[in-house]
Amino acid sequence: MEMFLTYLKVFAVGGLICLLGQILIIKTKITSSRILVLFVCIGAVLEAVGLYEPIANFAKAGATVPITGFGRSLAKGAIQGVKEMGFLGAFAGGLTATAAGITCAVVAAFIFGLIFNSKTKKF
Amino acid sequence: MKKEKHLSRNEQYNIYVEAKIPKTKSFPSLIYSFLVGGVICMIGQGINDGLMAIFPTMGQEEANSWMLIILIFIASLLTGLGWYDRIGVFAGAGSIVPITGFSNSITSPAVEFKKEGIIFGLCVKMFSVAGPVIVCGLVISFITGIIYLFF
Repeated sequence: MEMFLTYLKVFAVGGLICLLGQILIIKTKITSSRILVLFVCIGAVLEAVGLYEPIANFAKAGATVPITGFGRSLAKGAIQGVKEMGFLGAFAGGLTATAAGITCAVVAAFIFGLIFNSKTKKF
Repeated sequence: MKKEKHLSRNEQYNIYVEAKIPKTKSFPSLIYSFLVGGVICMIGQGINDGLMAIFPTMGQEEANSWMLIILIFIASLLTGLGWYDRIGVFAGAGSIVPITGFSNSITSPAVEFKKEGIIFGLCVKMFSVAGPVIVCGLVISFITGIIYLFF
C-alpha cells in the first residue's frame, strides 16, 4: 500500500511538471529548447532557495526525472563544491554533479548517431 | 514602395506558415502530457527501486544517478530507432520535460545530421538544442556557488 502511494506521488508530481510545460507550449508557443532552458533554471533556483529538497523528498523520481532535477543537481553540486573546495568549487561543482548524465547522453548520442540513419517522418 | 511589397510578402508567408503548422489540440494534449510525463517518472522510480533491491549496498543518491543514466540510454536508443518522435507527437511536453527529452534532443540532431559528416555534422549539431541548456545551467550553477560562497 505504501509502495502504491509512493508511485502515485511520483506519477502526480512528474505529470504535473510536464503539464506545466505543455501549458507553456500552448499559451506562449515557445520552442522545446527554451522549455528545457527555462525548466533547468527554475530547478536550479528552487534548489538554491531550498524549496526543491522537500519536493524531492515527497515525490522521489517524480522530481528527479524531469529536467528541473537536472538544474537542481547543477545547483546542489555547486553548493556542495563550495563547501568542500571553497571558490574553486563554484567552478567545479556543477559539472561534477551532472557529469555522469551529460557524458552518458553524449556518448549514447554518438554511438546511436553512428549506427542509425535518419528516417523520413511519416506524420 | 518596394519595401512595402516585400513586407506584405513576409506577412503572406506568415499566414501561410500559420495555416500549415499542425494545430495542437489543447485539451487532449494536456492530458497526454500529464500521463506520459507521469509514466516516465514512474518507470524511473521502478528502475530506482529495482536497482536498490538488486544491489543492497547502493545508496539512494547512487541509485538515482544510475536510474538517470539508464533512462538517458533508453531514450537515446528509442530516438535512434525513431520511436521516441512518435511518442512526442501526441505527448508534447510530456516527452520533452523529463530527462529522456534532454537525451532525445541530443541524439535526434546527431542522427539527423550524420550525412553532413561525422565531425561537422554529427558532433557539431549534437548540441544545437542541448547546448543552450548546458550553458544556462552551468552559468546559473556558477552564480549559485558564488552566492553561497559570499552569503
